[in-house]
Amino acid sequence: MARTGFAALHPGQAMPKAGLPLLPMPEFQRAIAAGVGRGLRVSALFGHCPAPGAPVELFAVLNDSARAILRGARSVLAADDFPSLTRECPQVHLFEREIAEQYGVTPRGHPWLKPVRFHASYRDLAPGSPAGADADAPAQALLPALEGQAAPGAGTHGAGPLIGVTDFYRVEGEEVHEVAVGPVHAGVIEPGHFRFQCHGEEVLHLEISLGYQHRGVERMLIGGPDKRGIPAIETLAGDTTIGHATAYCQALEALGEGRVPGRAEVLRGVALELERLANHTGDLGALAGDVGFLPTSSYCGRLRGDFLNLSALLCGSRFGRGLVRPGGVAFDVDDARRDQLLTRLAATYRDVQSAVNLLWESASVQARFEGTGRVQPEVALSLGLVGPAARACGIDYDVRSQFPSGIFRFAQVPISTWTTGDVFARAYVRWLEIQRSVLFIQEQMKALPEGPVRTAVGAARPDHVVVTLVEGWRGEICHVAVTDDSGRLARYKVVDPSFHNWMGLALALRNQQISDFPLCNKSFNLSYCGHDL
Amino acid sequence: MINVLLARLRQGHRTIRFPTDKPNVPDRLRGRPVIDPAKCPPDCRVCADVCPTDAITLDSKGLRLDLGRCLFCTECVQACPQDAIRFTTDHRLATRAREDLVMGEGELKLAQALDEKAKRLFGHSLKLRQVSAGGCNACEADINVLSTVVFDLGRFGIQFVASPRHADGLLITGPVTRNMDFALRETYAAVPAPKLVIAVGACAIAGGPYIHQPEVRNGAASCLPVDLFIPGCPPHPLTILDGLLRLLGRIESRPA
Repeated sequence: MARTGFAALHPGQAMPKAGLPLLPMPEFQRAIAAGVGRGLRVSALFGHCPAPGAPVELFAVLNDSARAILRGARSVLAADDFPSLTRECPQVHLFEREIAEQYGVTPRGHPWLKPVRFHASYRDLAPGSPAGADADAPAQALLPALEGQAAPGAGTHGAGPLIGVTDFYRVEGEEVHEVAVGPVHAGVIEPGHFRFQCHGEEVLHLEISLGYQHRGVERMLIGGPDKRGIPAIETLAGDTTIGHATAYCQALEALGEGRVPGRAEVLRGVALELERLANHTGDLGALAGDVGFLPTSSYCGRLRGDFLNLSALLCGSRFGRGLVRPGGVAFDVDDARRDQLLTRLAATYRDVQSAVNLLWESASVQARFEGTGRVQPEVALSLGLVGPAARACGIDYDVRSQFPSGIFRFAQVPISTWTTGDVFARAYVRWLEIQRSVLFIQEQMKALPEGPVRTAVGAARPDHVVVTLVEGWRGEICHVAVTDDSGRLARYKVVDPSFHNWMGLALALRNQQISDFPLCNKSFNLSYCGHDL
Repeated sequence: MINVLLARLRQGHRTIRFPTDKPNVPDRLRGRPVIDPAKCPPDCRVCADVCPTDAITLDSKGLRLDLGRCLFCTECVQACPQDAIRFTTDHRLATRAREDLVMGEGELKLAQALDEKAKRLFGHSLKLRQVSAGGCNACEADINVLSTVVFDLGRFGIQFVASPRHADGLLITGPVTRNMDFALRETYAAVPAPKLVIAVGACAIAGGPYIHQPEVRNGAASCLPVDLFIPGCPPHPLTILDGLLRLLGRIESRPA
């Protein structure tokens, strides 16, 4: 890979920041485009401003899943703008928008440059100082305006642009109408805004505009690790507590040369799979509900809770809060608890089989699932989709298989795929994964290694960088930690799988009926807060 | 079709007999904490120092724990050398006043029912509009759980509705991000008076893990009058249900 100038990176292994090649911007971008052209995926592409007023540094992490290796490099922006790579490499579209918003730089020629989360720029703020500390000062439009458009900061409140005040893609025509939904939705779900361009029932285009959940997670982590770090990580996408906490702890363990005992690795893996089981089961129930098939809907609603209760059996929290900690886990299990977990898991799984199999046997369900919200494999590849949404398009990628960490290094979980890319495929991949996860937990809990569940982790090494990958239930979770010269976190990047996948939902809706939106949306079931951070 | 019927038989009846029977909670559930300041050595502030949200204060009145800020994360329990703090499995945590959440040695003053007039209005039919204003989807998920067959919220006359115009009040989760502030106020304005506001979870009560982040407003009470506070991160579904039923006078509060 010398020809691209990118260095090999191993997830979960810290390396000196200086080991990450510093490339001139044109070479950096060429390597990203060339890599993506060869089938690599962009796992992370983000900015970093090491000191107030300093030039913005860009980091890229490319994922070569076929060779099970990551490639990384960085570059420094000489000016406040750079040529956008999005037209050549659509996968970076949202990363470039994020960089523009966070650091007040302009990707020149970006086809759809607008805010991602509607907040003030982080640029020129000392690391760790609060964004918008002068929140009531006159508003500033810090995001570069769309070319030929008024600054999106027009009508701002506080320190950032006013959320949702931006141009939306429009289809013109006498019979074309627009449907705007949200941020407050009809159900008990998180907020987000959806703009549909419709011709009759048919959706010509859907634009998804988020940011309502933005809590400043990444900024909060700067200057850490400290006591506020873990609760922020556990709640940045609260339904993926174990997934994100594992990625964070693995980063701190790599930076501080900590070792996780085998028993803790197993318990982390089991907790991760319980999280997957609860969410996948809940999703299958919700999909059944969205097509009006109430038996599976109501059974899975209950069964999802039974899986959450197994997480509570481990640690007292249905969402695994407080379980995963740097150096291991905070709760051990004795034999009686393990036996109880296995007994209850078996009973719950039998009921899940009975509930879920009804879906595949019911023609009325299949008629609604099949062919709805289809994503073509080439679209999934070009957008860099991850998780069940990608595997439903036949893409063979699962972090547990290609980049195994923790217990997954010793216990392989086969990749579950389907090929049709529709609602059915996304549902069926979940069902395949449920079966694999149950087997995994049963095998692992029966062979739980002896020993402690937690060891001390040293202080983070200065000027190091580490990438961690975890297969959360929605797909690849990528965290990148960069330390400063005193070992504090200078930058902590979180890429939730939803960040890659929201665009997949938008494209799945093309030429579908607007009445199928709830079904398509649930088949992706993406995180608003994981995207908004 | 026969399989649908067989599955129905197999799945059985799953609704719990709450509140008449004592609910089955996990033995490790982190419910109402108990603090024993008598055990605290002078000048020890280990628990306060490790608390991620500064929920614990030590002053002349001794050790106090603000359940509104508490994430029930056990950092204090693990750090305390004297075992002066522990979590019980008592799921009942909801209060009517913010200050009632600040615990000393004494008992928690659980939520009192609405006054007679409000109870006549809402006691048998309470329609709520849920607004997530920066919630992480854990509170939301365990609110959704209340509508499953296990808790069957509908049997208490409580229902989540799609429009604020159809609602008697708001049930709010999340720290109220700046970006949701406007939408939350607009939703509140769209609910016809008289109306209730219920804050569920540490975020909605005081900002949770995001307290004092400039991107958030430190909870629902920062912009709306709150009638019921339900602590937890997230609260157990039983904690939420217990709070709602206390508010409606369906569970009698013990005398303080």
